[in-house]
Amino acid sequence: MALPRQRSSTWLGARPSRHQAARPGAAQAASAGGGGALFRLGSRAPLSRPRRREQRTAYLFLSPWLLGLLAFWIVPIVASFLLSFTDWSLLFKPHWVGASNYRSMASDQDFWHSIRVTFKYIVLSVPLYMITGLLLSLVLNLKMRGMNVFRTFLFIPSVLSGVAVAILWVSLLNPDVGPVNQVLRAIGIGHPPRWLQDPAWAIPSVVLMGLWGIGGGAIIYLAGLQNIAVQLYEAASLDGAGPWQRFRWVTFPMLTPTLLFVLLTSLISAFQVFDTAYILSGSQGASGTSLNFYLLNMWTEAFTNQRFGYASALAWVMILFAAVVILAIFRTASRWVYYEYDPEKER
Amino acid sequence: MGQVDAISTAGAGLAASDSPTAVALEKRGRARQTGKWRPRRVLFLAAMYILLLTLSAFILLPASWMLTAALKPDLQPVFTIPTEWYPAHFWAWTNFGRVLLGHLSFLRYTLNTVIIVFFNIMGILISCSVVAFAFARLRFRGSKPLFYLVIVTMLIPWQALMVPQFIMFFKIGWYGTYLPLIVPSFGGNAFFIFLIRQYMRTIPRELDDAARVDGLNSWQIYWRIILPLSIPVLTVCAVFTFISSWNDLLGPIIYLDKQQTFTLSVALANLVTRAGTPWNLLMAANLLSMIPCILVFFFAQKKLIGGIASVGLKG
Repeated sequence: MALPRQRSSTWLGARPSRHQAARPGAAQAASAGGGGALFRLGSRAPLSRPRRREQRTAYLFLSPWLLGLLAFWIVPIVASFLLSFTDWSLLFKPHWVGASNYRSMASDQDFWHSIRVTFKYIVLSVPLYMITGLLLSLVLNLKMRGMNVFRTFLFIPSVLSGVAVAILWVSLLNPDVGPVNQVLRAIGIGHPPRWLQDPAWAIPSVVLMGLWGIGGGAIIYLAGLQNIAVQLYEAASLDGAGPWQRFRWVTFPMLTPTLLFVLLTSLISAFQVFDTAYILSGSQGASGTSLNFYLLNMWTEAFTNQRFGYASALAWVMILFAAVVILAIFRTASRWVYYEYDPEKER
Repeated sequence: MGQVDAISTAGAGLAASDSPTAVALEKRGRARQTGKWRPRRVLFLAAMYILLLTLSAFILLPASWMLTAALKPDLQPVFTIPTEWYPAHFWAWTNFGRVLLGHLSFLRYTLNTVIIVFFNIMGILISCSVVAFAFARLRFRGSKPLFYLVIVTMLIPWQALMVPQFIMFFKIGWYGTYLPLIVPSFGGNAFFIFLIRQYMRTIPRELDDAARVDGLNSWQIYWRIILPLSIPVLTVCAVFTFISSWNDLLGPIIYLDKQQTFTLSVALANLVTRAGTPWNLLMAANLLSMIPCILVFFFAQKKLIGGIASVGLKG
């Protein structure tokens, strides 16, 4: 991570003396001010004065993020942990209820329903998106005239908001008069699915809607494909490998880090599905509850039912899930270690 | 939906055709073909063009249907049999004006969104560039663990912390204002810090050394040397911030309580979950909300290519 510094030590040593020559009093005052002691962490060897100054500057530069980290991450994480053991509703004083929030999850129908919805979505969407995204990226990676135009078209849906896309597809998937079912009827499917209005088809509908933005996923693979050294393909061709063999024995193994990364992040992001679920459940009435995704359920508990303590407990389940996934990422990081030692990067 | 992540690599994908790898592959392909049109190659190319055209139709037809619906006058049904996939008969452009200025007052929501987006971009550019500079160019104790912390916060979904954050902002009286939607961006964003740091690392270190010999301090090096050279990656960050903050629903829906402060996403969500909105106006509003992101994407494409190509996905 940290690059070896290429600065010559000669001028590093020379600089303070130059300063001292110019403004001896000022340099004296700075060192006497004791600012450097602030960052003398642990019992490690004290730093030289220019290093100390550099370190002070560095922490000044870091301060916006450090403050943000404290205010928007560390304090909320601690607060949410404590809150998850209370029954706070904002209006009344919080009471310490021990682990009862976590216990009541076990018998909470909505919670288990949201878990089922989220995992059903994961099972249906992750393999489908990964395979179609990979195939699409292979096509978009071909050298063909006009490819840039195709790429632009295919990427556009991924810059659109979940709200706008959901609104569009609610109308397209209208079971009676919607364009999608008209197309299906025209090609001979007499009774096309009732999509979002049918509880059994609601999640598959969301998954199919997501295919519209598959270009966004394909981009990640496309970037991965660009990182594969051409020599590997040359060597494979010399050994007589055909297109399938080149994919199977060069492209695919070289792409496994990307695939792994996408797999893990899409697990986390399934717990972040909100916009689509919010729009679709709101506009579909009763059958919309079949789209009670994890985050939507948590949002409802907090901001509709005012159960902030319980919602915090739900948030901690989410954090633990994310933590498991993050650990898996770091554990498997050795598999993509060649990312970090790319000779071209080190230059 | 991880849209920002997806888009962030868009540039990398777009840059693909120009990468040395792709060029070399193409040369190799040509050499093998000895410049002749081989029938199998022609068939393959034709199949690929058909596939790509089909895929593009899959993207464009819904959008075109939406435009058709948005241009229908009030008394014309939006859903017709057979489906009208492109505007042919009705051109009620005034629908867009009615959405913006009429009782739906989408101009108001657009301006609200613009305000939030503007301050988010400012916050992200200022904070992330400064922090990334420290990680990329300065030596300090704890840089490694702190950088790991950046990566961890990049992976933890902030939605998990929305409840305590909400309570915090509620307690200090920021509920119902734009502050909870704006101020956090001034605290930096892990993903953008990571992106900018990766870019700044590629700027030759000799520049810093020369500048220090000339007597510039770290702030001056940041402001006069590194920042101007980082404009490509900063543009990329600005574009991503624009898109994600323009499209954000969860934040505004939690913190905004008054109709006149709503953003486009919240207003649209209200339109669709509330029965009785005419379809033509709903589609016009929807289309209007999409246009800025599409425009930004089009105009920034080149910058995105330059910015991301040099950063890549690598650690």
